[in-house]
Amino acid sequence: MLFWQILIDGFAISALYALGATGFTLIFGVSGVLNLSHGAIMVGAAVAAWAASSELGLGPYAGALVGVVTGVVLSFATYFLTVRPIQTSRKIAEAEKEIFILTATLLWGIIIQEAIAYLFTNNAKTVLPIVDGVVIVLGVRTPSNEIFTAFVCWFAIGLLWLLVNRTKRGKAVMAASMNPRGVTLLGIELSSIYLTVWAAYGLLAGTAGILLGMFLGVSSYSVGPLTASAFSIVVLGGLGSVSGSLIAAYVVGYLETATAYLVSPAYRTIPALLLLVVVMYLRPQGLFGRR
Amino acid sequence: MKSAFHNLATGALAIAGALATVPACAADAIKIGVIAEAQAVAGSSIAPAAQLAAEEINARGGVDGRMIEIVVYDNHSSSADSVRAFQRAVSEDKVNAVIASYISEVVLALEPWAGRMKTLMITPGAASDVITQNIAKDYDHLKYTFHGYLTSSSLAGLVCDAAKDLLVDPYKMKSAVIMSEDAAWTTPLDAGYEKCLPEIGLKVVDHIRMSPDTTDFTPIFNKIEGDKPDVIITGISHVGTQPTVQWKSQQVPIPMFGIASQATNSTFWKDTNGAVEGVFYNAVSGPGVAVTPKTLPFVDAFQKKFGNFPSYAGYTAYDDVYMIADAIKKAGGTDSDRMVDAMEKTDYVGTIGRVVFKPKGDPNPHALKTGKGYITGLMLQWQDGKQVNIWPKELAVGSTKWPSFIKLKAAAN
Repeated sequence: MLFWQILIDGFAISALYALGATGFTLIFGVSGVLNLSHGAIMVGAAVAAWAASSELGLGPYAGALVGVVTGVVLSFATYFLTVRPIQTSRKIAEAEKEIFILTATLLWGIIIQEAIAYLFTNNAKTVLPIVDGVVIVLGVRTPSNEIFTAFVCWFAIGLLWLLVNRTKRGKAVMAASMNPRGVTLLGIELSSIYLTVWAAYGLLAGTAGILLGMFLGVSSYSVGPLTASAFSIVVLGGLGSVSGSLIAAYVVGYLETATAYLVSPAYRTIPALLLLVVVMYLRPQGLFGRR
Repeated sequence: MKSAFHNLATGALAIAGALATVPACAADAIKIGVIAEAQAVAGSSIAPAAQLAAEEINARGGVDGRMIEIVVYDNHSSSADSVRAFQRAVSEDKVNAVIASYISEVVLALEPWAGRMKTLMITPGAASDVITQNIAKDYDHLKYTFHGYLTSSSLAGLVCDAAKDLLVDPYKMKSAVIMSEDAAWTTPLDAGYEKCLPEIGLKVVDHIRMSPDTTDFTPIFNKIEGDKPDVIITGISHVGTQPTVQWKSQQVPIPMFGIASQATNSTFWKDTNGAVEGVFYNAVSGPGVAVTPKTLPFVDAFQKKFGNFPSYAGYTAYDDVYMIADAIKKAGGTDSDRMVDAMEKTDYVGTIGRVVFKPKGDPNPHALKTGKGYITGLMLQWQDGKQVNIWPKELAVGSTKWPSFIKLKAAAN
């Protein structure tokens, strides 16, 4: 019974982590940007979905749509307001741009976080779930929403896989992550590829935020921990490796769930962080990193 | 050019003149600093409620002709910010008293500062017993702090009183699991629960303390279900909506009963999408419950002015301004030591009951007296989007209703 509980709960939470981390790693892989406003974008999308569905009474579907659109808008805002001006600036030395972008996205995330706290208070909000009720899976009473969450996560990740591997646009994105100069030589505009990636990122982060809001609830306090968890999953899996992030998400998700069940919920995150430290010592490029 | 210079010079003189007159006015006004959490729902009512009380007092001519001015500082729920705000309030803004915070950690950080800067401070919402225990240990230095809300151990006692009448007597409940967040205010609360639950006939079969930033409660609820208790006794405040939402989405068949600070907010139904249905929580006030003749007029005035309902700390902050005003009147001025003496003699019927502070020599000096004749508290249940008072009987507006997924084992026997 305990085994099945850990298996089922761990699967849903890991799927959510995976979806959250995929967008984060995609952006890094293609454009070399470590987006530290990641958590803020997820929370922004979730709070928008909550406001639309509960405050304005639009219902769960319209609410989720508003949330996803907010995710994309925030993603583009991040790109055009913070990342791009630094990338194209002539006043900042090329070698320093990375650290500038890191700082800018961090501050941008704090701006979004404070704006959310100012407009909606820092109370946690729960997004109106699309599916309600519970089902018994292998003797475990599981909220239907948990199964829905896992399903949507894998569906979104599957779509991303199709986009990258089966479409021309996706293949260009993939190529850009391997050799940006080569792509430009083939006559493809890098900037349009970046737009595609940021759009995909907005969709992924927005969806992950809304699902998180339905499953666990979010508040402006969640911004830091969400960025940190995506960051540590991506580092564990290997920066820029999408499949590495997926596997790392499951490692972290199951490690946390097992700790919560077998040891104590109070120590939930500790073993995963210890694992991260160990991996950093033994394999600094991450479990599946290319470099 | 010359005329421009002339204008500038006269302007500067006028400003200087205006500045010179300011201190004279400020000496007339009584300044009360409010250090609170503008972004947290429980804390966000504190400043508006204090403002409302000040306006009412000023409309009736103030305190011996002196107007009350409220100076507000947002502490961002941080102890460090609160200490800085307190220093600024006393040294630069020259406040005569401070109303501070609903977070125990914040009040504990401010307590020595109230002593050092000899400034009267009252908290409208913190609960830790340690605040008043400190006063007992070092009365001469810390006597400036007053505890305007119930201490955790009084809260535990009130929850047990209500549990006996609402759970043990009608449903023959026999066992409980305590579920509380790891924070300063729950240490004495849990100790109180451990002591009083067995006394009313509820055996404590497990005790779970979780980190306030826990997000996934699935393992916690599964563990509790495994213990097969009749009821979950709660001590939650900062942890947010998650325990309530997951209790519902996982359909945990065991009632939740106890302290759930956020459930006292009228917005909690929306914040949880109705998951709070059936949750029992302790409070000092509730919508439509006339605890005293002052309660409902206050709620109406607050709602009219600010468009929402006050949180629990709003009620007490409103009373605190009146008590401070009375103390200043009795003390004949704003001398801190004389204000403290006057505050200690407070016997005031406010919005939450009759306020009398425990005297020097008590293990918890400057804490509120509770029980019959003083403050008894209420036990409310969320029903169909409304907060319905169930206990005590004389103030009840409804009766217990359980959500369909709750399975009362004991009642079935």
